[in-house]
Amino acid sequence: MTDAVPLVDYLVLGDDPHLVTYECTSCGAQFFDHRNACASCGGTTFEKARVAKTGTLRTFTIVNFAMPGVPVPFIAGVVDCDGTSVRGNVINVEPHPDHVKTGMKVRLATYSLGKDGDGVEAIGFGFEPVNAA
Amino acid sequence: MASDDIYILGINMTKFGKHPTLDVLDLASEATLGALSDGGVSIRDIGVIAAGNLSGMGTGLGQDVQKQVGQTGIPVFNVANACATGATALRTVMMALKAGECEIGLAIGAEKLSGAGMLGLAEAPSEDRWVPKGRFGAVAPLDGRIGTAAMPGVFAQVGLEYGHRYGGVSFELFARISAKNHDHSTLNPLAAYTKSMTVEQIMGEPMMAYPNTRAMCSANCDGAAAAVLVTGERLKSMSTEQQKRAVKVAASVLTTDPWEEGCQVLPNINTLTRNAAALAYEQAGVSPEDLDLVELHDCFATAELVHYDNLMLCPEGGAVDFFESGAPTRDGKTPVNVSGGLESKGHPIAATGIANVWEICHHLRGEAGPRQISNAVVGLAHVIGLGSTCGVHILEKSA
Repeated sequence: MTDAVPLVDYLVLGDDPHLVTYECTSCGAQFFDHRNACASCGGTTFEKARVAKTGTLRTFTIVNFAMPGVPVPFIAGVVDCDGTSVRGNVINVEPHPDHVKTGMKVRLATYSLGKDGDGVEAIGFGFEPVNAA
Repeated sequence: MASDDIYILGINMTKFGKHPTLDVLDLASEATLGALSDGGVSIRDIGVIAAGNLSGMGTGLGQDVQKQVGQTGIPVFNVANACATGATALRTVMMALKAGECEIGLAIGAEKLSGAGMLGLAEAPSEDRWVPKGRFGAVAPLDGRIGTAAMPGVFAQVGLEYGHRYGGVSFELFARISAKNHDHSTLNPLAAYTKSMTVEQIMGEPMMAYPNTRAMCSANCDGAAAAVLVTGERLKSMSTEQQKRAVKVAASVLTTDPWEEGCQVLPNINTLTRNAAALAYEQAGVSPEDLDLVELHDCFATAELVHYDNLMLCPEGGAVDFFESGAPTRDGKTPVNVSGGLESKGHPIAATGIANVWEICHHLRGEAGPRQISNAVVGLAHVIGLGSTCGVHILEKSA
C-alpha cells in the first residue's frame, strides 16, 4: 500500500517532486491530460517529458469568490516553465497584489492535502516565489 | 442590393434585467414576435429557425417557441456554443440562406439568469478515500487547488497576461474601462443597469477575482433577442420601407481555437478573435478604421482591453494607448459598447450574440434615439464563448 498519492497523475512524487507532460513524439506538443491523440498534429504516440521546476509567473488572479467548497482567497496563475505553460496556484505568499507580480520567478512546491481513511496522504503542488524564505 | 447578400430584415431585443413574471419562453416569444413585426413578415414566411438557450429548458427552445407563435413544420436547429450561442444561431441561419435552402430565416437566443450567481460547474466533493478520477487522475476537486476555472478569474488572467506582455495595465485602468460602459448604459433604456458609476465606486465594489470587482463582471440577467434574415434576392421584391431599413450582413464568421502552446492551460481568447476579425474584414471589404461603432464581448473589464487589440482597433500591443486616447468612448474615434456592454446592459448568455447585432442595426438605421452614433454606416459585433468559439458579424447600412 502506498502512503502518498499525488493530487493529479502528472505530479511525480518522491525525493525530487516534479511535473510531467505527455509529449507528442511527432510534433513535441505537450499535454497534462490523458490523451486520445495530439491536438496539434493528430499524432497518437506520446512520451512522458519532465517539466522544469522553476519558471516565470506569466499571469495571475486573486480569487475571492469561488464555487462552494473552494477555500478563498487563493492566487491562481499560469507559470512559464522553460517554454511549458503550467496552471497552478501561487502558494507560500500573501494573496495580495502587493506581493504577487507578473514576471516574478517561482518554483514548484508541494504540500499536504491531508490523509484519507486509510492513512494515505494526498500531495498537491503549487508555485512559490523563489526569493521566499 | 446584390442578390447573393444576406440582410437583417427585422430584429428585436427585450428589456434585459429581472423579469420575475416571464419565463424563458415568454421572453423568446416576445423577441420573436418583435423581430417578425419589425421585418414586416409573419412566422408563415420563415423557412428555417436556429435557436439557443443554455440555462436549461431541457427541450429545444426552437420548437417550444414554434408552439407559442406558429407551428409550420419547418426545420429547427437548436444550437449551443456557450456565450457565442446567439452568434451561432445567426450564423446557422446565414448558412441555410446562403445554401439556398430558403429565403427567410429566424435566429433566436433567450435566457433566464437573474440571481444565477457565479456561472461554472460545481465539482463533486471529495470522498473519504483518495481515488484518482477523470482525465488528470485527480484525487480531489481541482478548482482552487490548481488555478481557477471560474470565469472572473480566467478573464482576470487574460487581462493581466496582456499587461505582462505589453505593460501599462493596472486595477484602475480596468475600472476606468468599466466606468465607460456603465456611463454608456445610462442612454440605453433596455439595459439591465442604467446607472453611471465612478471609478472609485467600481474599485470599491466587492472583489471577485483581482482585478475584476463585481461591477467589472458581466451582469447575469433575463433577456432575449431575435433576428429575421432575408436573401438579397427576396428583399428586392419587398417594400421600399423594408429595403431601406434592411441591414446588410457584410461578414458572418465563426472561429474556434487553433492549437497553440498553453492554450489548454489558460484559454487563449486572443488568437481565435484575431482570426475571426481578419476573416470578417476580408469578407466585408472594410478595415477597422471604417467602423463607426463596435459591440465587443466585455464579459469582464479585463476582456474588453484585449479585444481592442484582437479586433485590430489599435496597433498590436496598443490597447492601453487606444483606451487612454478616448477612442472607445461614445464620442471617440471608434465607439465601443455604446449599449453599456455586458457589464451594464447585461449578459443573458444565448441572447447576447443577437442583442449586440440589434444594437448595431439600431444605429445603422438611425433609430437609436439619444444614444445614436451619428451617420453610422458600418458596425461590428463580437462575442466569445469559452471553449472556445468566436463570432464576428460586420453590418452595413443599406445603400
